Amino acid sequence: YIQDTSLAEANSFSPSMTISPSSMINQYKFEDEPELRDLFITVDDPESHITAIETFITYRVITKTSRGEFDSCEYEVRRRYQDFLWLKSKLEEAHPTLIIPPLPEKFIMKGMVERFSDEFIETRRKALHKFLNRIADHPTLTFNEDFKIFLTAQAWELSSHKKQGPGLLSRMGQTVRAVASSVRGGVKNRPEMFTEMNDYMETFSQKINVLDKIAHRIYKEEREYFNEMKEYGPIHTLWSASEEDIADSLKGIASCIDKCCKATEKRMAGLSENLLPILHEYVLYSEILMGVLKRRDHIQSELDSKIDALSNKKADKDLFSEEIGKLEDKVECANNALKADWDRWKQNMQCDMRLAFGNMAENNLHYYEECLATWESFLASQTVDRHGEEDSEDRP
Amino acid sequence: MEDCLAKKMEITVSEAEKRTGRNAMNMQETYTAYLIETRAVESQNEGQCSPVDSLWRRYSEFELLRNYLLVTYPHIVVPPLPEKRADFVWHKLSADNMDPDFVERRRIGLENFLLRVASHPVLCQDKIFYSFLTQEGGWKEMVNETGFQLKADSRLKALNATFRVKNPDKRFTELKHYSDELQSVISHLLRVRARVADRLYGVYKVHGNYGRVFSEWSAIEKEMGDGLQSAGHHMDVYAASIDDILEEEEHYADQLKEYLFYAEALRAVCRKHELMQYDLEMAAQDLTSKKQQCEELATGTMRTFSLKGMTSKLFGQETPEQREAKIKVLEEQIQEGEEQLKSKNLEGRDFVKSAWADIERFKEQKNRDLKEALISYAVMQISMCKKGIQVWTNAKECFSKM
Repeated sequence: YIQDTSLAEANSFSPSMTISPSSMINQYKFEDEPELRDLFITVDDPESHITAIETFITYRVITKTSRGEFDSCEYEVRRRYQDFLWLKSKLEEAHPTLIIPPLPEKFIMKGMVERFSDEFIETRRKALHKFLNRIADHPTLTFNEDFKIFLTAQAWELSSHKKQGPGLLSRMGQTVRAVASSVRGGVKNRPEMFTEMNDYMETFSQKINVLDKIAHRIYKEEREYFNEMKEYGPIHTLWSASEEDIADSLKGIASCIDKCCKATEKRMAGLSENLLPILHEYVLYSEILMGVLKRRDHIQSELDSKIDALSNKKADKDLFSEEIGKLEDKVECANNALKADWDRWKQNMQCDMRLAFGNMAENNLHYYEECLATWESFLASQTVDRHGEEDSEDRP
Repeated sequence: MEDCLAKKMEITVSEAEKRTGRNAMNMQETYTAYLIETRAVESQNEGQCSPVDSLWRRYSEFELLRNYLLVTYPHIVVPPLPEKRADFVWHKLSADNMDPDFVERRRIGLENFLLRVASHPVLCQDKIFYSFLTQEGGWKEMVNETGFQLKADSRLKALNATFRVKNPDKRFTELKHYSDELQSVISHLLRVRARVADRLYGVYKVHGNYGRVFSEWSAIEKEMGDGLQSAGHHMDVYAASIDDILEEEEHYADQLKEYLFYAEALRAVCRKHELMQYDLEMAAQDLTSKKQQCEELATGTMRTFSLKGMTSKLFGQETPEQREAKIKVLEEQIQEGEEQLKSKNLEGRDFVKSAWADIERFKEQKNRDLKEALISYAVMQISMCKKGIQVWTNAKECFSKM
């Protein structure tokens, strides 16, 4: 079940395939268990909106579903980035110890990408698409009410729904309070399992950040190499103009270099479409996970401090016991939720990494195979010439 | 083809050694000496191995030899020496003359130079060249005794001739143009190649970082650990492979460099022709003016302005005897001049003939060599691609096991 959804995620993110929900059905590989997915979401068609106050982009969100709790089986709404942010914070609020998928960042500092450049919008669109699909695949989050409203409500309905409930500041407060409390003193009775998770995440976070940097550096080096190669090929053509006997060989080399140049472009595209986005997502995931662990600690520290208070004051023992009971339940729920989601996250991470790096290796393999074919065919043409020359020399 | 020295004698520059000594100003200097080994080629039937002779020479002696050849055989395209200082370097290669890689490539270049000279039908017969290979002591003195430095044309004279010659042979003008283009395009190519090599180095080496990080990451993973670790190893292999690849490419660059320097040798032959042609034109012009002077004196008319004519008009006419004496001198000079002109003409025609024969020989050599070099470049690329395929196939398998 878990493997299927990961495969589905991978398939739906491939940019070369169409991303309509109906085509997604065809891409499923049926494992031992039949596909359980009944919710298909696409994010596409970015549109610019200009008002007196601001300019912003909306994206079309299409949902196709066979679920009973949905009134219709198909929905089409338009959402802007703000709406996605709202959804994410509602999910965090409702499920503090579940791993909510990462949203693309508000701004991109490096890379000098303009806020509304086509490249930026497309990268964001793909990330938003992934975000919603990951929620749809999550066993708990997929049934979240705010999620349903996000997918189905018209613009005015969503606005009025957003106004209900706690304000923005209080929503953001949860994680802030959690971070603050962990800075203050940490958790005394943290179960071993969560300490291990913490240690793991610290190292993972470090490594994934470095990998992200390495991958970007490789992209940059490949781009520089491509730029030089673009100049390298034509020099041979220029040279061939002042030569007679070796003009063909020189032109042949120029052509090979140009073909390898194109192959390099493909190699770079592969990086930027697959490995780079995935590594970036997991950089964001590592931050999310650290936040989740802190929130869990915070929930536990609420319990711990209540227990401490109880041992100090003998008064209102019954009231305290009831509160403590509730908190103990809360802690147990939080821990179980996190544990289950952690296992699920690790499985998905393993799969994503396997696919992403496998894809990178495949890309590089194709690159070298293409270049090899180019040079081998050039070599064959040269040796044919030579044999031709030798034959003509033998003739009287 | 004539039996050149290369067929009778095996020549190698087998070693290079750092030496210290004192230079002409008695200051201590460090230089590299190269071991030249020669051995007579025996016929295979005899099965005997003749003894190896050897002697040490330094780069400046090679330069002296080449300068001697340039002056003594101006109609020959004299093979160039490898570069004195490392040029067209990319960042990894040191520009230091003492760098072992540079010294090694220079050793190969010097051996190539000797083999080129030894297989040239004219140059291989030169005695100074033969002594360079076989006579350790006193060779420098021997070269200087030939007095070749005196025969050398001054650069100023040659430059002058280039600008003022009126009727050079068209073929030499075209050849000069070609050698300019050849030099320009090969320089450009070598510069860009160095930049490409630099970038390629960067791509490969950064992949090496994956190796380290995968290894560290694998420590916290249970199921992914093995796949990561082994993939990391292949990343290290990939990163390391670029060193050999680029070193091989340096040899290709050296092959192109040789022809870059050959362009200069071609220009030297063209310059010699221009000089000789200019000399001829000047001699002819001088002869014409002397004949004219003679005619004027004989007939008493002054067709062209001359200072002598004016002064004689101002300060009195010459006596008939004086005039007769002058005419006689001029007539002698004219006769000398006509003979000189004849021999200069002959010299010029011989030069053009023999120079052009060597240029044709050079052209064929160039086409053969460059084609071989381009093919070897393709072979290198193929080898690089095959290595890449192997590494990434292995890496792909490791990733699939993650």
